[in-house]
Amino acid sequence: MKQGNLWELAKGLFKENPTFCLVLGLCPTLAVSTSLDNAIGMGAAATFVLLGSNIMISAIRKKTPDQIRMPIFIVVIASFVTIASLIMQAYTPALNKALGIYVPLIVVNCIIMARAEAFACKNNVIKSALDGIGMGIGFTMALSLIGIIREILGTGSLKLFGINLFSVPIEPAMVFILAPGALLLMGLLLALFAHIRNRKYEKTCCEVKE
Amino acid sequence: MENLLAIIIGAIFVNNFILTRFLGLCPFFGVSKKTKPALGMGIAVIFVLTLASTATWLAYKLILVPLNIQYLKIIVFILIIATLVQFVELFLKKANPILYKALGIYLPLITTNCAVLGVALLNVQENYSFIASVVFGLSAGAGFTLALLLMSGIRERLELSKVPKAFEGLPIAFIVAALMSMAFLAFSGMIK
Repeated sequence: MKQGNLWELAKGLFKENPTFCLVLGLCPTLAVSTSLDNAIGMGAAATFVLLGSNIMISAIRKKTPDQIRMPIFIVVIASFVTIASLIMQAYTPALNKALGIYVPLIVVNCIIMARAEAFACKNNVIKSALDGIGMGIGFTMALSLIGIIREILGTGSLKLFGINLFSVPIEPAMVFILAPGALLLMGLLLALFAHIRNRKYEKTCCEVKE
Repeated sequence: MENLLAIIIGAIFVNNFILTRFLGLCPFFGVSKKTKPALGMGIAVIFVLTLASTATWLAYKLILVPLNIQYLKIIVFILIIATLVQFVELFLKKANPILYKALGIYLPLITTNCAVLGVALLNVQENYSFIASVVFGLSAGAGFTLALLLMSGIRERLELSKVPKAFEGLPIAFIVAALMSMAFLAFSGMIK
């Protein structure tokens, strides 16, 4: 396995994609992926927090006593979430309203804690920053994928920041905008990925956490 | 009184925390393989949700609002919840070892359960009174437990049935949850 800096960035996109391979951070993934806009907004906020907290935690890793590292991580993460939330309130009020309580809930998103614990507290700042960006983009991609499918099936068209990209001549299935659609789609996507994995006989990554 | 009833029905059925708000999905899929641990987790969650709801409401109204530092609520809430869970753990260890053994392993997990922080934030967002927040925490926990128990019952039966290879494990669990969520949609419209 390569251990270069580029690898730290790239692994979050596919091989260790936080949503589909590690099945982490499900709550926001399913709750705010009703449209592409929301998915990108959520992804951007989470990426910002991941990047900030990874850099910060990595920078103070030698000064952090081992016993109380968890509370320290939580405070660092919560501070960055507060910053993200204030920025969104100021500059993108509509998006902030659409995402609602799920913006502050980034604090308890397992992806961020998992990266802090598994990566940032053991590696240097540059690697941690790249890891944060990679994981963030991987998360955003997964969210956008679900968002795109749900928006097309649920409303019959795809919009990006208010511009209509295209419409499909189908009867919109409301259920995909509602809660059950998200769960159904996630189940089908996970099954699809499991199927692809089975066909490749790959056993290295993606041990789905139970 | 009617208002409280609406909160209870709303939190348990109409806006079930797991099935429509997607809060607390990790334990929902993690601990729902057998009924018994699911019940243990459910009781622990009810307990912590009620306590956290009470504590964060008090902290918000008595400390953050008078000092005009509401923007710190995320940090304050998460610290309160983490400390609270630790205290509950210590207290139970001394006071009620049997209950501690039953809940023990689930308690630390609850800190990072988004349902707990979710309750605290929703209380602020909806501007609930003190009684309403406590009731909301309690019934949100009850709704969580209900969904978790139903799910674990289904998954126990699922173990014995034949599932296509690609759907084994989590994928089929998501499909089951989708069907349950669809069933719970029938409750929507009961309140407002």
